[in-house]
Amino acid sequence: MRTIQRTQAFDRAQLRDAVAIAAAMVAVGASFGAITIAYGLPTWVPFAMSTIVFAGGAQFLAVGLLAAGNPIAAVFAGLLLNARHIPFGLAIGSTMGTGWRRLVGTHVMTDEVVAFTLAEDDPARRRRTYWLMGITLFTSWNLGTALGVLLGSAVGDYEALGLDAAFPAALIALILPSLRDRATRIVALTGTAIAVLATPFLPAGLPVLCALLGLLTLIRFGRRRES
Amino acid sequence: MLLTAILILGAGTYTMRLGGVLLRERLTLSPGLQRLLPMAAAALLAALAGTATLMAGSGFAGVARPAGVAVGALLAWRKAPFVVVVVAAAAVAALLRLAGVD
Repeated sequence: MRTIQRTQAFDRAQLRDAVAIAAAMVAVGASFGAITIAYGLPTWVPFAMSTIVFAGGAQFLAVGLLAAGNPIAAVFAGLLLNARHIPFGLAIGSTMGTGWRRLVGTHVMTDEVVAFTLAEDDPARRRRTYWLMGITLFTSWNLGTALGVLLGSAVGDYEALGLDAAFPAALIALILPSLRDRATRIVALTGTAIAVLATPFLPAGLPVLCALLGLLTLIRFGRRRES
Repeated sequence: MLLTAILILGAGTYTMRLGGVLLRERLTLSPGLQRLLPMAAAALLAALAGTATLMAGSGFAGVARPAGVAVGALLAWRKAPFVVVVVAAAAVAALLRLAGVD
């Protein structure tokens, strides 16, 4: 009985988190839909991107370049921005399951899903979290896209709602527990500093990948531990 | 042309998503390397948060967004519920913009 109650409490908290992030996703997705139409691109484009690509940052970047008549740049810029999914996949492995679950589940892998998943320790909870967040975010992002296409400029600017601050804050809240480990904290903070400093000089996507250089701080750590 | 670009971007993104996951299954990693992978993910997520907070394009993001994120981060550090963190960050940024501070 107690176990059941505890499981339900966990699910309720998780659902509340999912609803919060989903609401923000609907609003940003609506901006994406509206912007794509405002660029003069065909109506099917935002729907195709939100289902086939399903990566917010890359979609915003790519529609700008597609609208400018530069599809090759759109593909390259989008792929560069999404390259971080390779180390994400290495980190979470087959959390989503194997067989068809893995083939379907990997499609909904995003920054937020990875952050929510890594915030859990228990393998069963991890799996449930991955699917709950993956399905929630995919649904809300596509719902938002549709609203944006339908309502156009009426959906307004998501920056006016402060949602550009909501997503980084959400990521920080999710990775904060892992930063209690000293080595992880130094790696992450060094990597973040490198990424921020590199942003004015490198194309979008590369600065964040440069954060992996933060791992080099571990070499110093290892030596100190030996001595 | 549009559809081709979207399909290539989608296929490439999916390949990278699945590629990392499959690679993890194929590789036999030492315990030391296995400890490294969540650290790498934490560094990437922190860098995403950091760049999204401070930078807009190749310039500085201004005042409203970093202030909102800072309030959210402070609340998260004080163990506030996730919903509170997200709503507070958005509210602070939105109110600052409403007051003319961007």
